[in-house]
Amino acid sequence: MLRLLSLALSLCLILPASLQAQTLQDILQTHQDEVLSPGRQSVGVVLDDLVASGLPQALPFLEAWRDREIVRRDSDGLFFRAVEVDDAITLEDLDTGTTTTVANDDGLTEARPNGGVRRAIGDALVQFQLSDPDITKRQAAVDAIARSMDASQLGPLQASIADEPDPALRETKARLAGMLAVLFGETQDARITAIAGMADDLSVDVRAVLNTVLSTRPQVAQSVPDDANIAQVLTIGADLNAQDAYDRLVVAELAPALVTKAQIRDALVANIAGGMVGGVAVRSLNTDAARAAAYDALAAAGLVAPRVTPEAQEAAIAAHVFYLQYDEPDPVITDAAQRALAAVETRVAVSQGIDLGLDALSLASIYFLAAIGLAITFGVMGVINMAHGEFIMMGAYTGFVVQQFVPDYTLSIIIALPLAFAITFGAGVAMERLVIRHLYHRPLETLLATFGISIALQQLAKNIFGTQARPLTSPEWLSGALVFNDVIAISYIRIAIFVLALLFLGLILFVLKRTRLGLEVRAVTQNPGMAASMGINPDKINMLTFGLGSGIAGIAGVAIGLYAKVTSEMGADYIVQSFMTVVVGGVGNVWGTLAGASLIGFLQKGIEWLNPSNTLAAQTYMILFIILFIQFRPKGIVALKGRAAAD
Amino acid sequence: MRKSFLAENPSVLWFIAILAVFTIVVTLLSEVTGVDLISTSFVKTLGKTLCLCLVAIAMDVVWGYCGILSLGHFAFFGIGGYAVGMWLMYARTEGIVIESFAGQPIPPTPQEVSDAIGNQIFGVVGSSEFPWIWGFADSLLLQLLMVVLVPGLLALVFGWLAFRSRVTGVYLSILTQAMTLALALYLFQNDSGLRGNNGLSGLQNIPGFEDASQASISVVFFIASAVALAAGYVFFAWIVSGKMGSVIKGIRDNEARVRFLGYHVESYKLFVFTTTAVVAGIAGALYYPQAGIINPGEIAPIASIYLAVWVAIGGRGRLYGAVIGAAFVSLLSSWFTGGGAPNINLGFYVIQWTDWWLVLLGFSFVAVTLFFPKGIGGLFDLLVRKQS
Repeated sequence: MLRLLSLALSLCLILPASLQAQTLQDILQTHQDEVLSPGRQSVGVVLDDLVASGLPQALPFLEAWRDREIVRRDSDGLFFRAVEVDDAITLEDLDTGTTTTVANDDGLTEARPNGGVRRAIGDALVQFQLSDPDITKRQAAVDAIARSMDASQLGPLQASIADEPDPALRETKARLAGMLAVLFGETQDARITAIAGMADDLSVDVRAVLNTVLSTRPQVAQSVPDDANIAQVLTIGADLNAQDAYDRLVVAELAPALVTKAQIRDALVANIAGGMVGGVAVRSLNTDAARAAAYDALAAAGLVAPRVTPEAQEAAIAAHVFYLQYDEPDPVITDAAQRALAAVETRVAVSQGIDLGLDALSLASIYFLAAIGLAITFGVMGVINMAHGEFIMMGAYTGFVVQQFVPDYTLSIIIALPLAFAITFGAGVAMERLVIRHLYHRPLETLLATFGISIALQQLAKNIFGTQARPLTSPEWLSGALVFNDVIAISYIRIAIFVLALLFLGLILFVLKRTRLGLEVRAVTQNPGMAASMGINPDKINMLTFGLGSGIAGIAGVAIGLYAKVTSEMGADYIVQSFMTVVVGGVGNVWGTLAGASLIGFLQKGIEWLNPSNTLAAQTYMILFIILFIQFRPKGIVALKGRAAAD
Repeated sequence: MRKSFLAENPSVLWFIAILAVFTIVVTLLSEVTGVDLISTSFVKTLGKTLCLCLVAIAMDVVWGYCGILSLGHFAFFGIGGYAVGMWLMYARTEGIVIESFAGQPIPPTPQEVSDAIGNQIFGVVGSSEFPWIWGFADSLLLQLLMVVLVPGLLALVFGWLAFRSRVTGVYLSILTQAMTLALALYLFQNDSGLRGNNGLSGLQNIPGFEDASQASISVVFFIASAVALAAGYVFFAWIVSGKMGSVIKGIRDNEARVRFLGYHVESYKLFVFTTTAVVAGIAGALYYPQAGIINPGEIAPIASIYLAVWVAIGGRGRLYGAVIGAAFVSLLSSWFTGGGAPNINLGFYVIQWTDWWLVLLGFSFVAVTLFFPKGIGGLFDLLVRKQS
């Protein structure tokens, strides 16, 4: 209480006095020469005074000074901001902003800060901007510091943290100050404290800062120096091959350069005399050995530099040590940084693992959605529907067409989902009645007939909608991503697909296990003849089953269309994976399809993670794995037992 | 005494005779003899069609006779093409490189030659090293051996694994499709060692015959394709006609029963699968020098499905059916998609066949499956029945 009181008292006393005493012009007048022709050293005095004054007009002055708009009127020595308008020059008072106009620049001396000085002024500007009342300017200043970190920024940044009103920006500032402290902290303790504070942060820029502290440069010397901060002494063969080692010796000018094959060749060409070089006929110079012999002869005659023999290379390498030296001289700091980085990287690795798992889960749910309809038709009816992919495409195009008529994206998706189901359900029923019904006893021919329908539908879609990809825009509340930390993030659309897959899993299980239709479907699956004699109409059940499977493909199409582009070939992209999902999982079982989709999804993501540059290779290896898997479990993960498994 | 198999199969003699007449007529009418009624590019198209017929009869044997619907036989076709293409491309580039070195003051070392060839061939995928699969590319004999060995071994391993675990029916079809998809995806990579997406090109130029015109080269390949087709036809006709043929057809009709009779079904299937794969490889090796270019898109799963479509339309279970189907559909397809067919103006809409051909093919394929399961070849049955 007492302290507060005294503080208030002193403020009352000091502030009016300082306001009266100082204008910007006063400060500038005390540093006339430094303002007019500042040098790298002398400018610091002016800047310190300006910053200390806390005058609001100092900021526009600094900007003008940096931009070379400050002039001195020689008659009275006062400084102005000069703006050239239509051949006349307007002089603006630095404190009051009042303007006077002069005809030309006679009697005015321009202040000309050079590049180094302007940079120093820029740094000073940053300090002003860091406490600017406008939050966007403060943010911009913080971003500028983050882009190019510099020792001089640490002080102003730390000073501005306490007064920062915005909590988010305060946190950003504190974090940035921490990173600066790691790099440029004044004392060893300060830096180590800052480094220890980094260990919880997973972001890329923190890792970059720690890596900067741990940056090394390759060195070579006769023996390892005692005073250097050594990261690693390299062993020839394990860490460094002999070729590179020798190249480093050459770069460090500790050994003569090797004579390359191209140099040998050029030297030989330059020394051809009468069809001979160094006593060897030009004709026979078609092996490296012959060329080397000819070159050695030239070297013996003193015409060219001698080759470095392999023995000499080995000796030179053996006589030196190769090591990596930290740019940072203090070993305590590099050790601390290394520990912090190891901690960060462990956490990053764990997070990446979780992220990969989420990715795999969403891929698995896409495969599940794409394959579940197929699993129903294939499992229940034993019919391979090659046109299943085209039903997916049909659903996606339904979504696209609906969006042409209903501009509200949320509403259009709500309309598109049942509409896609209805359309593909109808198409499936029509296909079952017209084609598949006649081929029940010839499964391989069903495969081919449905393939015919598939190419016809694909081409039809191409004729109607064109070859370019059509967008299916997701509603706004589905854009963006759920961010857990700097590494783990999953987009809402993938979550939505996951939820949709779960819904369908539940729905299909419910229909199959708890409804009359499901009971009849299961009966027909197990024994069509017996089911028929119990009063079930297998024709009707088959038709409904096929319609259901196709309808689900349509809904999957809308979901996939939201996540990828809608093209006439999108069905073909998923058909092979869908088949593999069904086959790997085991036919005729919803849980099997779920297992198959999970296996394939996780497998694909896992292989991609092992070989991140190449998704094509990942798919190749996955297919090979599946081919092998089928060898050992020909009926899939969840195999039916008993009679139903007979064929 | 048993009659010779040719006497039992008059259709084989008929086929050979028709093929011989066709070959002679085309040769006589080509540019080479000066008649020039059939352009060089059409001779190439016909030659390629004969190769497709050859792979189609292989498909017919494996599917129509043995009941294995393989959706991967075009992969073997492509492998054959790649094998011969590697030599064609290597030998031709070697010729060009050696020629370019001729002007140099000192002769090149083998290393320099090989580096320059590598640069020429693999520069397009950002590499100049020879991958290990090009180890034999400099030898025509070894690469021709590869045409037979690689598809044969692949089919042997794949078939052994699949048949041993009794993978049958649609499962096997999907598995073979996965195989060809995996191969195509692998070849699409730039570091596959076979120039990725770019494939192998310039295969129409035969090293050692730089002076020969494309007209004469096309006729030579056309005749070679015809001879290969005839040989393949006789070979397969012989296989499917004897006692072995009966077993194979028995496997198609009821695999379990044949197994109970004491036959080792897996060996028969493996034999058929491997043999047809080898023939497909040979067909590919003859096809791609006429096409001039091969890329991974050629062996995408769709190609193998088309192969099944040809055989189904031509008529399964009869070798001439496969030939008719392949020739008819592939020629018709190039006629329609090449803009040869006249567009139909409906007044409100113009049907352009380049757009609508696939729709027509797809639906007519459904129709054939539904209404004419015997395909075009089935028409011959009607003819024979009328005579008797």
